[in-house]
This record gives sequence, structure tokens and C-alpha cells, in this order.
Amino acid sequence: MAGPGRRGWLVRLPPMVWLGVFYLVPFLIVAKIALSQQAARRPPYRPVFDLSAGWSAFVESLSELSFLSFETVFSDDLLWGAYLNSVMIAAISTLAALVIGLMIAVPMARAPRRWQPVLVMLVVLPLLTSFLIRAYAWIAILKPEGLLNAALLHLGVISEPLAILNTDTAVVIGIVYSYLPFMVLPLYASLEKFDTSVLEAAADLGARPAAVFFLVTLPMIRPAVLAGCGLVFIPAVGEFIVPDLLGGSDTLMVGRVVWNTFFADRDWPLASAMAIILLGVILVPLLARLSRSARP
Amino acid sequence: MTTPPSAPSIAGSGPLISIRAVRKTFGGVPAVTDLSLDLRAGEFFALLGPSGCGKTTLLRMIAGFEEPDAGQILLDGRDIAHDPPYRRPVNMMFQSYALFPHMSVGENIAFGLKREGLARAEIASRVAEMLRLGRLEGFEGRKPHQLSGGQRQRVALARALARRPRVLLLDEPLAALDKQLREDTQFELKDVQRRLGLTFVIVTHDQDEAMSLADRIGVMQAGRLAQVGPPEAIYERPANRYVAGFVGDINLFDAEVTGGGAAVVQVSVPMLGHVLPINSAVAFPAGTAVFLAVRPETIAFLSPNETADCIVEGRVSAVSYLGNSRHYRVVTASGGMIRVALANGASGSAPAVGAAVRLGFSARAAVLVRD
Repeated sequence: MAGPGRRGWLVRLPPMVWLGVFYLVPFLIVAKIALSQQAARRPPYRPVFDLSAGWSAFVESLSELSFLSFETVFSDDLLWGAYLNSVMIAAISTLAALVIGLMIAVPMARAPRRWQPVLVMLVVLPLLTSFLIRAYAWIAILKPEGLLNAALLHLGVISEPLAILNTDTAVVIGIVYSYLPFMVLPLYASLEKFDTSVLEAAADLGARPAAVFFLVTLPMIRPAVLAGCGLVFIPAVGEFIVPDLLGGSDTLMVGRVVWNTFFADRDWPLASAMAIILLGVILVPLLARLSRSARP
Repeated sequence: MTTPPSAPSIAGSGPLISIRAVRKTFGGVPAVTDLSLDLRAGEFFALLGPSGCGKTTLLRMIAGFEEPDAGQILLDGRDIAHDPPYRRPVNMMFQSYALFPHMSVGENIAFGLKREGLARAEIASRVAEMLRLGRLEGFEGRKPHQLSGGQRQRVALARALARRPRVLLLDEPLAALDKQLREDTQFELKDVQRRLGLTFVIVTHDQDEAMSLADRIGVMQAGRLAQVGPPEAIYERPANRYVAGFVGDINLFDAEVTGGGAAVVQVSVPMLGHVLPINSAVAFPAGTAVFLAVRPETIAFLSPNETADCIVEGRVSAVSYLGNSRHYRVVTASGGMIRVALANGASGSAPAVGAAVRLGFSARAAVLVRD
């Protein structure tokens, strides 16, 4: 019979194989391309490792690798601006999604038990349709002669159409809408398990509803808030579809710049370097948080 | 009631809390029905009853977590029935303790004081006082999950007392503790209440807990108060069959009033084959069907030449040994069952199972109760 140690190793094997084949190997390939130089051929970079040419040729080709693409990214203000803008738009979107997510998740968790599965289903429902179509639909809503402007003009709130489409605002709206379910679900899951007597105790001890929320509810669901923010912020930083459809020509976001560099400029090394730096931008705060929570 | 609703009553006179004709229904199901009750300043009051009798709903209406459908809850003469909980000078200790898991013991206790906007020094001194009261010195930096059940219970008590409430409400405060700790904690709770001179209202389904803690007990039955009185009165003179059966062990015999006046009535008890004169505060008209209630510990095994007001012969069918006492079940000739409790160490014989016995009790030990 296999011992517990041996069985434990077997259990750990599938996720490690999965991560190795589908994350680590592709990452190493991208990292290698990032260190290569642009070349006018197919594939559009060099060196290309060719193990059939022998060991010395392989070692020879290693010397062609350099950090040139990374240097380009760090020295180009426009590219830096794209990172900064991406992080800012993602941060604003995350904050907006958190506020809206709480406004949805709190009443959901307080709704009668038998309604809750239906409400969860309604939150998840948009995910069943294509992301692309949902983002595209916002064009019809936000464009100058779109639904939003028509409604506001009709109500007399505004006298001429607002230019929302093709701005950063439209991008934020699109991101918040697209990723809201990923904020609502962890918040709801945490609020639903909440012992309501703790809230009653806070009210009993003199806390008004706002104080109960900020001093008790929010601190107690902190892990869910962080999880939800991560699930929105991380994809939002690298988001490509939403800024491409709803953003303006001056909406500079990393995802879009990487796409252009890759497909329009055919500069695979630079695009790969940018992708790796983007990974770093997201990973550094995440690892800092992980190492903090690992502390007793 | 002559007290005008807005005039605060003078301390020591009138009730501290006056619950008047309060009613609460949940989705058409009545939880509390036209209940009136006065709570005196400084008393330890227990609401006793089985689950679903409405005792917790009544407590939650005093705390402000439920709003009565009708009626008033006067505190110092002012109706607080519709005030939110954070505006009531009343605090509650929860059955689950409801400690804030993300705050230390000290922060938990200080929570209510900070909401009052007290000065930092005042908060610190009150927290220190409460830590002393709860024997929690040295634990103020711990989080609730680092405490034992008994310590958590004391934090909950300290936190609820920190604001110096006019009334402390306790919802089954000892239910989560094991038996030994529960008994020790009962004494502590009583001691704290006496020392602070505060009014405590406890909700419990445990009659022993209610009896040992409370100055007065309100026995609840289906949303109403079946009887309110000191533990002795509840135990010795139960108002009805429900109270008699809920509080302690009791023998209930079908009986019929055959005559008598205001103080003493004659009842015939078919099962015992006797007509007995029984003291009764209530004047029952002849022909009324009642129950003769006799506590097991007031029944004695008689020696052959002993006599008593009421004597029944039977055979011991079961004995259970409970350390400080023995509980007997005696089957009478007519097939009825009588429970007898005999303190161990008491003089007299201790009959074994199967033994033929003569049981006797005094008419003064028996009470007449209605259904």
C-alpha cells in the first residue's frame, strides 16, 4: 500500500504538470523571445534555437540574446505612460466595481434564503454571453446618438449629447461592467456566511448603520474584498478588448500597445518584453501581499 | 396606569421598564401576544420557557432588534419601542457572544465606549475596570479566537456592561458553556449583578438556571406570561398545569372540587381514592375539574404506624440513583404512577424495586392548578 507521503505527491502532480506545460513553458518561450532581436524573417526574431545544429551553435546563438527590448521599454516615455494609464484605469475601475459590488452583494446576502440562488444566477448570467458582444453593446449605449444620450436628452438632464464613447470614462464603464460578477461573487460568498448577531451587537453598542458597515462588516469581509479587487484589477490592467472598442485613439493601455507592437509593428521581442514587465507590475504587489499574509 | 408616558419616574418608585400590551407577529404567526410586564430597577429577572414561546422575541424587542406591532415599552416612562438599538440605554449579551473577531479583547470592550465619544483616558479606565470585572487582565491584546469559551463569555459580559446600561439583557448567556463552568458562571453573574446593582433580564429555557439566578421569574407560554413571581412562588404555587409541569418534577392528579369555601376547598381525587381539604388562594366552584399537584420531594414513604393527610399504597416500579437523591416511580393499585424523590442521607427506609410501600403527603404540600 502506498504511504500517505507518496499519495500526497501523486495528488500534487496534476496541478504541477498543468502549470508546467501551460504556464511555465509558454512563459519561458515568451521570455526567450523578449531577449531576442527583431528580424525581418519568419519567425520575426533571432536567434532561433536549433538543437540539430549542435551544441556549439546553440551556445553561439545564446550570445545573441540581450536586454535591448527591456531597455527600449524603460527609456520610452510613451510606453511608460501606457503602464501608468493602465494601472490608473484598472485602479479606478476596481474601486468603482468594489462600491457597486458591495451595493449588490449586501442586499443579496440579506435577501430571503430561497431567492438567493436566483440572484446568484442573475449575477452570473451575463458571463454566459460572449465578452466581445457585451463590450460591443456598450458602443450602442454610449455613442453620441446612443441610448444613454437619448434618454438623458429626453429627460432634459442635458441639452446636447455627452461625448462618452472613445474616452477613458467609457473604458472604465466597460471594464466595471465586464468584471463586476468577479467582484460580486466573492463578496456575496463572504457576506452570506456572516453571523448577523455581530452586526446586532455593534448596533446594540451604539454604532449607527454607517459605523456598523465600516467598523465591522468591511473589516470582517476583508479577504473577500481583496480577492474581488484582485479578480478585477489583474485582468483590467492588461485588458485589450474594452479599450480597443470603447476607448479613444489617445486611450493608451498596455494591452492595446502590446497588441499593436506584436501585430502591426511585428516587433515580437519588444511586445514580449512589455508583456513580461506587465506581469511584474501585477505580480510584485501580489507577492508582497502573499508574503504578508503568510506571516503568522 | 397613571404615569404620563413622557414623565421619567423617580428612581426607586415605579418600574424601570414597563412593557404594555406588546404584540409581535412574524408572517401571521404570533410570537408575543398582548404581553404586559413591569421590571423593577435592580432586579434579576428571568424569562423562562421552552423554545418558541416568544421569550427571545420579547428580549429582542426590549433591545430594539424587533419592533412591536402594537403596545409600548416604557423605559423610565418614555416609550422606546420604536427607537433604533443604538439609541437605547440598554445592552445585550448574545447567546453566540457576537464578539468582533477582527478586534482584540480590549477593542471589543472599548467599541461601545468609543461610539459614545468618551475621552481617551475615560475609555482606558473603563476598559481596565471591565477587564478587572471579567478577570481578563493580561488578555486585552488577544483576539477572540485565542480565548477559551469561558473567557469569551466574560468578554461578552464585560463589553455589554462597559456602557453602564440601565438594563442588561442576556440571551441564554450560559448555553454554550459545559455544565461545571456553567454553574460557576451562574454565581459570577449573580455576583456581578448584585455588586453593580444593575437590572438584568435573562432569557433561558433552563429552569434550574432561572431559579438559581433570578429574583423573579416570568414563565412564558405561547407568547404570553403564564406566571410572574419569585422562584419560590413559581415552584410552590404554580399558576396552572403548564407552569407546574415546566418548573421541576411534579405529580398531577385529576381532581374535582366537591365543596368548600374561599381558603380551603374539598377535592375528590379518584386516583388516590381520597377527598382532601386543600388550601387554595383561588375559590373554585364545586364541580370544577382541576389538577392536584404534588412535588415528588413532598411525598414520603410511611412506616406501618405512621399517618398522613393522604395515604396511597403501591409498589415500587423503578428507582434511579442521582447522587444526592433517589427518584422512585410507584405504581398504585388503581394503575396510576406516582413520582417520589427521596434525599439520600435522610432518615427512613429506602425501598427497593418491587417493594410494597405506603406513600403519604400532607394536604398543605399539595396545590390545585387548572389546565
